[in-house]
Amino acid sequence: MTNGADNEQALPGQTSPTSSQNSTPSLLVTKLQRSHPEWITEIRVAHGEVTAIVPREHIQAACSDLKTSAESRFDFLADLCGVDRGQEEEPRFEVNYHLFSTTKHHRIRLKVLLAEDDLHVPTVTNVWRTANWHERETFDFFGIVFDGHPDLRRILLPDDWQGYALRKDFPLRGYEPYSLK
Amino acid sequence: MSSTLNVPPQFEIVDRPLDSQMTISMGPQHPSTHGVLRLELVLDGETVVKATPDIGYLHTGMEKLFEYKKYQQGIVITDRMDYLNPLGNNLAYVMAVEKLLELEIPERAQTIRVLTCELQRIASHLVWLGTHALDIGAMTVFFYCFREREKILNLIEAASGGRLTPSYFRIGGLMMDLPAGFEPRVKQFLDGFLEAVDEFHTLLTGNRIFQKRTQGVGVISAEDAIDWGLSGPCLRGSGVNLDIRRANPYTGYEKYDFEVPTEADGDVWARYIVRMREMKESHKIVVQALGRLKPGPVKADAPKVVLPDREAMKRHMDALIHHFLIVAEGFDVPAGEVYMPIEASKGELGVYVKSDGGPKPSRVHFRGPSFVNLSALPQMAEGAMIADIVAIIGSLDIVLGEIDR
Repeated sequence: MTNGADNEQALPGQTSPTSSQNSTPSLLVTKLQRSHPEWITEIRVAHGEVTAIVPREHIQAACSDLKTSAESRFDFLADLCGVDRGQEEEPRFEVNYHLFSTTKHHRIRLKVLLAEDDLHVPTVTNVWRTANWHERETFDFFGIVFDGHPDLRRILLPDDWQGYALRKDFPLRGYEPYSLK
Repeated sequence: MSSTLNVPPQFEIVDRPLDSQMTISMGPQHPSTHGVLRLELVLDGETVVKATPDIGYLHTGMEKLFEYKKYQQGIVITDRMDYLNPLGNNLAYVMAVEKLLELEIPERAQTIRVLTCELQRIASHLVWLGTHALDIGAMTVFFYCFREREKILNLIEAASGGRLTPSYFRIGGLMMDLPAGFEPRVKQFLDGFLEAVDEFHTLLTGNRIFQKRTQGVGVISAEDAIDWGLSGPCLRGSGVNLDIRRANPYTGYEKYDFEVPTEADGDVWARYIVRMREMKESHKIVVQALGRLKPGPVKADAPKVVLPDREAMKRHMDALIHHFLIVAEGFDVPAGEVYMPIEASKGELGVYVKSDGGPKPSRVHFRGPSFVNLSALPQMAEGAMIADIVAIIGSLDIVLGEIDR
């Protein structure tokens, strides 16, 4: 995390002289939104963390841009995880990408929202190879399909497991008598 | 009459002299896979053509369990992930929840967190060193390492009551203050520890067999290491100067003076040297933390979140009510989401917590350093000898409890 206070001061239009000299993540994301308005639909800043909502068709482009551009240099995918927001929520699922820069030491979160009837999102394994296992884990637990993933299999649960264990409608103790086929 | 036998196709003998490859399964009961890791090795003679890790044998659904437990009940689950570094897991989790609650943690609690976490880091590295050397064939080191580790576990036991599962940190501070006489005991341990590290060096560093087994084995370049998401000593062994304690300081690490050891070679030996040097740096931090220990509260001033002291409960009605409410109903955490990364003994341990506003989290996700570090194993293992796989797994310092969660 960079300093939370800095981020809030650095929100678009109210850049104060006290904010740090380096571009803060929220500034970077705002800049990216200006150059590619379709890539980022919303920016949230909370608890000193910047979250950018990215439509799924642009996630690969946004990731590789953030990775390669000299200002942001998000060369490290720290984490990728799925979330089930609950059956009544629309869209129900989200995928969070936690990006980190090994040189500039700042972090942001990209978020892709997915509706239950179309759980497909392009893979980012071609941007960071570390996404491979993270995406397999998300597929394993939520059934989110990462299109273009080289090896999309279950990773922690057995191959013949029924259902997706971290969904809210999956019972804590599994299906009786046994969740395997 | 035809002379050909009527053999079902699956029993037909196929003679393919050029096809010398063989697939074998290493683990999940192999002692040097450090738990229940299975590797599917495609071998050409003794050379590894392809290594595919197969994990999940120890999966216990911890992330699911978090959603059914109150925030404070989640702390004990974290102990059981990376069981060699439980205090680090406690810290990452409670700090994530504290971030959501926007709690201020008192100075003394922060210092004790640093102190105990660094002791735990040394203990974790000692298990790594002992087992890594044992895997490669040096048995003696193991006993020396566990002798030192025992002293640390005794200290952690004195503070928290638990040796492997301390659950010492609470949301908003600590379970309780350090016991009387704790500081002299830590000093006593610290006085002998640097000598012990020198002892380990005498046993291993100059050992030519150990050098031959580790130098130039399992090499990964800095670019590859970053691309694969390696963190902690594995990343620093590839020459990348990155430590979350320095990059995104937490619990007051910015006030401590320590070095971030790096080695450029990116092989098993480099990762060995990095961890050996890290133990001395942790020793330095513990010495500084001891000097910083000032009397004061160890719990945040948040009566609705932090359990009251026993004494207060007996005297004050409101303390008793708060105690009852926290235990019976938990406390509400405002809606939101945070990602809290810390430098655990094995690398970046990140905790993602999402709250919908109730007393139970809506989603908790752990980015375990072992999980990510292991995913880079195929890259390092390709072209290595089968015996080197053991050295590479040892140098990654994986804990399957954290990988499988």
